Amino acid sequence: MKLQVSNSPHVRDKATTQSLMLDVIIALLPATFAGWYYFGIRAVLITLISVASCLLFEYISRRVMKRNNTLYDLSAVVTGLLLAMNLPVSLPFYMVVIGACFAIVVVKQMFGGIGNNFVNPAIAARIFLVIAFPKAMTSWTVRTGAWYSLKSVDAVSSATPLTSINSPEAPSMWKLFIGDKAGCIGEVCIVALLIGALYLLFRHVIRPWIPLAYLGTFTILVFLFGHQNVFDFSGNLATLEGWQNLFYECCYMLLSGGLILGAFFMATDYVTSPLTNKGKLVFGFGCGVLTFLIRYYGNMAEGVSFSILLMNILTPHIDDWTMGKPFGEVKENAKA
Amino acid sequence: MRSLHAFAGGVHPLGNKNTDVLPSIHLHGFSEVELLMQQHIGPPCTCVVHPGDHVDVGTLVGRADKPMSVPVHSSISGTVKEIHYVVSANGTPVEAVRIESDFKHTINPFCRPPKVESFEDFIQMIRDSGLVGLGGAAFPTYVKLNPPKNKMPDTLIVNAAECEPYITADYRQICEHPDDIIDGILCVMKWLDIPKTIIGVEDNKPLVTRIFSHELKKRVFKTGKHPEIEVRTLKTIYPQGAEKMLIYTLTGRKVPPGKLPIDVHTLVMNVSTLRFIGLYLKEGVPLTRKRMTLDGSALNTPGNFIVPIGARIQDIIEAAGGTREEPKKIIMGGAMMGVALDRIDHGIIKANNAILVFGSEETTLPPESPCIRCSRCVASCPMDLIPCGIDKATRLRDPQMLEKYHVMDCIECGCCTYACPSKRFLTQSIKNGKIMVRAERARAKQEQELLAESKQKGGSSS
Repeated sequence: MKLQVSNSPHVRDKATTQSLMLDVIIALLPATFAGWYYFGIRAVLITLISVASCLLFEYISRRVMKRNNTLYDLSAVVTGLLLAMNLPVSLPFYMVVIGACFAIVVVKQMFGGIGNNFVNPAIAARIFLVIAFPKAMTSWTVRTGAWYSLKSVDAVSSATPLTSINSPEAPSMWKLFIGDKAGCIGEVCIVALLIGALYLLFRHVIRPWIPLAYLGTFTILVFLFGHQNVFDFSGNLATLEGWQNLFYECCYMLLSGGLILGAFFMATDYVTSPLTNKGKLVFGFGCGVLTFLIRYYGNMAEGVSFSILLMNILTPHIDDWTMGKPFGEVKENAKA
Repeated sequence: MRSLHAFAGGVHPLGNKNTDVLPSIHLHGFSEVELLMQQHIGPPCTCVVHPGDHVDVGTLVGRADKPMSVPVHSSISGTVKEIHYVVSANGTPVEAVRIESDFKHTINPFCRPPKVESFEDFIQMIRDSGLVGLGGAAFPTYVKLNPPKNKMPDTLIVNAAECEPYITADYRQICEHPDDIIDGILCVMKWLDIPKTIIGVEDNKPLVTRIFSHELKKRVFKTGKHPEIEVRTLKTIYPQGAEKMLIYTLTGRKVPPGKLPIDVHTLVMNVSTLRFIGLYLKEGVPLTRKRMTLDGSALNTPGNFIVPIGARIQDIIEAAGGTREEPKKIIMGGAMMGVALDRIDHGIIKANNAILVFGSEETTLPPESPCIRCSRCVASCPMDLIPCGIDKATRLRDPQMLEKYHVMDCIECGCCTYACPSKRFLTQSIKNGKIMVRAERARAKQEQELLAESKQKGGSSS
């Protein structure tokens, strides 16, 4: 009789890396479909190219580095999907491939593959593309023809809501919420993103601390120090309209740009966010502050991406600072 | 009444309490037993029999002549065949006595109910009975019941949580002998002068709560007053039955790392240990039999069985109905903390409470994949440690980093490994890490001693 000998425990939970990644993909699908609906067939092509090239680069780099094949863990699909969701629809296809290459080869595989990248590959690739191709990455188009028409490429360039808050053509709150606005493929439809986020929370794939701290900090900062803020003593807040403007700005800031996508799907990336709940709160807080500072005082529109990237880099330190005491550890017993 | 405190972490493995409705069955007819001379935490006892000696059930086989050691008694009647060294299930060599049965099952005539008139009598009685903690730790009960005078317990906690999957031995114990358990509790309360007892039961076992309430009502009827025993329901979560977690959920007291429950004036005892005290007071036969759960998909008839201590695992499996497929993995103890065996001719020891015989459907050994820092291990750790950090430190062979992550505080409950989606062997890594830290501490101590010595020498020569 041949008996298997292994260390305890002898039963394991059903969740695997693959199943968690599959859950993330499922959660991203509503927003992806919404993006396809709003931006047309070109958005579909960008998504497919991004996912396919991520898989291809993952395969090739593992092969070249003589490491085992990791396509089956689906993390490359998640990166590809997230990258596509962070791109404007009019981006030339070869730039998508360059972005995927940067994400997978440089950010992920060169640092050791899944679990070892120190920043989120999709965010790093987006920032890389913004710096390399600033014009292409910031020309926003809205679909004019039917959804299957490739024509949207030539459609009128439009300002994203973030840059147009004070202009008269700023979209209404409802349009912002359902996604009828300019922006990246995956970030426009807030309602679809929230459905996906609820799915992740419900399946215990992510915990709510990072998004709560992120969105909470950001909203409070806008409320306190935004263009229209509560410290405005000039008389604006004496009227109901003043308060309405203040709340409009808060909601507007929350619903526009990549904030919801970033807070629920990018900042919560396992590999690059802290381990403890306390650490997650600190991480979310830092993201909120940085996003506020970049959006209000910076000269780029990349508030969410940059703040998550910077906090990713800080994550090992946050882990160190927020390491708790073991259960029952008391002061006089603590080691120096 | 429900408990107010809850520890952070824990996991919810499938209960698999398949055997909870099956009454325990006495297994007899073992042709031989192998009694280990060390069935407890502490130094081994001295063998006092010789090959050829006749022994009865309850005859002393191993004498406890060192502190912390507990006597071993024969569990069958028959002839001593051999005294030799064997490798125990946890890998250490131990002296063992092989006894061949005469199938008569005669009980040693000197076994009679003990007379207890003082605290010293009580402690001596517990020691003579060969009792150790039957929950699994095998800590000598007489040591536990004899705390230093400045640390007397004010609460007795009865562990009836039984949070390990598959195991129902304690559950059956409670269903079948609640009176003995209450007797045992009252005896301990009397001699240690403990004013209050709390029985902790997980809320997936409502029957246990009712049985205890009923038993306590009977006592009220008999004696006219309600004993100071309270039954409390606990949330069903693994490791609810771990000592530190149980004390916290029932009393709100936290046992500091490296300390014992008695340091927070609490005494934790397993229901089976208390039941044995109750039984010993009535019958006077030392600890020679053990109730254990046999379960797993490879068995024909899973159930609870009462077996003589020292019976070989292969014989027990055979006597309990045999296997229906070739076992792939045999575990001594529970699915979360038990030891997987490489051979099955070990004699069972006092603290064993389950044998799990896994067939191919339960035996899986998924390949490890890289840590994705999902923090499920951190969230599941009842001791608030960072298992993936310890894993990393162990792989880096870095004792300083291991100490930083408080590796020595791990209770090895297995929650982190259970929860890990990358299927990493975190518990194994942590156990290895502990060994590294112990070696490093010993080395540092030696270095310091050498340094002190050389300083002394230097001082004397100058």
